[in-house]
Amino acid sequence: MSERVPATRSVTASPATARRRRRSFVSTYLTPKRGIPRRTIAILGVVGFVVIIAVWTVVAILTYNKDVPAEVQLVPRPDVVVVAWIDMVAHLGFLADVGWSTFRIVAGFALAALIAVPLGLLMGSFEIVRAFFQPPINAIRYMPASAFIPLLILLQGLGETEKLTVIWIGVFFQLVLMVMDIAHRVPTEMLNVAYTLGASRWTVFRKVFLPATFPEVVDALRITMGWAWTYLIVAELVAAQAGIGNFILIAQRYFRADRIIAAIITIGVLGLITDFLFATYHRWAFPYVEKVHG
Amino acid sequence: MRFTTGRRQVQALERISLTVPDGQFACIVGPSGCGKSTLLMVAAGLTEPSEGDVLVDGKPASEPGADRGMVFQSYSLYPWLSVRRNIEFGLEIKQIPRTQRRQRSSELIHLMKLDGFAEAYPKALSGGMKQRAAIARALANDPQVLLMDEPFGALDAQTRQIMQELLTDLWQRYRKTVLFVTHDIEEAIFLGDVIYVMTNRPGRIRTTLRVDLPRPRTFEMVGSPQFAELRNQVVGIIHEESLKAVESELARA
Repeated sequence: MSERVPATRSVTASPATARRRRRSFVSTYLTPKRGIPRRTIAILGVVGFVVIIAVWTVVAILTYNKDVPAEVQLVPRPDVVVVAWIDMVAHLGFLADVGWSTFRIVAGFALAALIAVPLGLLMGSFEIVRAFFQPPINAIRYMPASAFIPLLILLQGLGETEKLTVIWIGVFFQLVLMVMDIAHRVPTEMLNVAYTLGASRWTVFRKVFLPATFPEVVDALRITMGWAWTYLIVAELVAAQAGIGNFILIAQRYFRADRIIAAIITIGVLGLITDFLFATYHRWAFPYVEKVHG
Repeated sequence: MRFTTGRRQVQALERISLTVPDGQFACIVGPSGCGKSTLLMVAAGLTEPSEGDVLVDGKPASEPGADRGMVFQSYSLYPWLSVRRNIEFGLEIKQIPRTQRRQRSSELIHLMKLDGFAEAYPKALSGGMKQRAAIARALANDPQVLLMDEPFGALDAQTRQIMQELLTDLWQRYRKTVLFVTHDIEEAIFLGDVIYVMTNRPGRIRTTLRVDLPRPRTFEMVGSPQFAELRNQVVGIIHEESLKAVESELARA
């Protein structure tokens, strides 16, 4: 119904012409919440990248300083960055830095999730646990993880423990509250049905409550994983022997904007890969979840 | 089954006592907010009454248990289990052997017209199919009493009709004791042997009506004069009680 043009016109149009009638640009693309053709979505997705690279190239050309080599330009051209990335991987051991950063992320994140998920589930299901943990966690959540870095360096030195702790602080306090909310939202009816089918409290917890939370918990992990990268890079920028953040810091000392940009893009790609892995796992593990976005 | 409840802090129910004989289909209707659902929750053992108790076969039943199966209006199925696993859920808890579970679930899947959907997840099911599966799950457990809290309340009118016919056929077959809460008066008349009409909050039982329509019930009976007379009677009482509810709300304001 809503897809028709105003009634006055549709009355005069014969069925044959109505079928051929094309919608105007405005009604096709600018109706709130109406889907647009798949092809257009794909094209726009590519165009987004093309525009960014084009603007970047124009800025690079406009700010070009012919007195210095191409790689130390303040705004290096995209192709220079690509060359820099290949050089970093081939001659500067950049992949080792990537490896170090990945290790820290995975380890710090895993340690945070290992405690945050069970605790969040308990907080969401038992009021007694929530009443005890929620107030302090709520308060600490607003203290930026990066502000702890100087303190952690004093307490733990410059080693790996300090890096992992920064990530842990950044992830744990957010994740635990997200998981708590997920647990809290499990519909009571779901649990009640199980009781009337003869389930004990423990069975209800294990066979209904836990499975009811899993898909959303994986979603929460996926979101907080993205934040973990931010905290890691900050920690590495402050003090580290290796890692992408450390690499960026050294590049800055040599005015190598090309290397900095290449490193930042690398982080972005790593983030995309992690996201993809989580999304793939989600689809594989929870095929029964109703998709919100078509 | 018999139960009695007393005063509650937010007095949802007051001095209710009703006894449902074995094999009877009892419907509870009343104005919204009269505590019909609370009554059912108490019967299921899911809500603890401040006073009173629930007896099944003369024995007190304060905790929920497999003897009183419940069907809710929504969130009825476990989305992570196939239709078959949903139906077998109670049997799995009782550790019934697999072959026996299969046999029971297959039987119910066929009976509930869910053939071909045994291995489907609930997301693939329509609202009516979901409720059929939920009823099958409750029946699979072979409970003494079936408690139903507006099980068809979220369905469209046509589907609801079909579900009512299916349920009355099922009752004819299994003769379970059923306690059925609804706000749909015609539904109560079509399904029930007896209708308890509740008052405005705090809910009490105002009238008990026998439905003397012959069994098995058929769709044609809805048009009969006897049906119309019962309906008018119940509509009149509920209308009166709903007006009281509005007045007491105004008085409090």
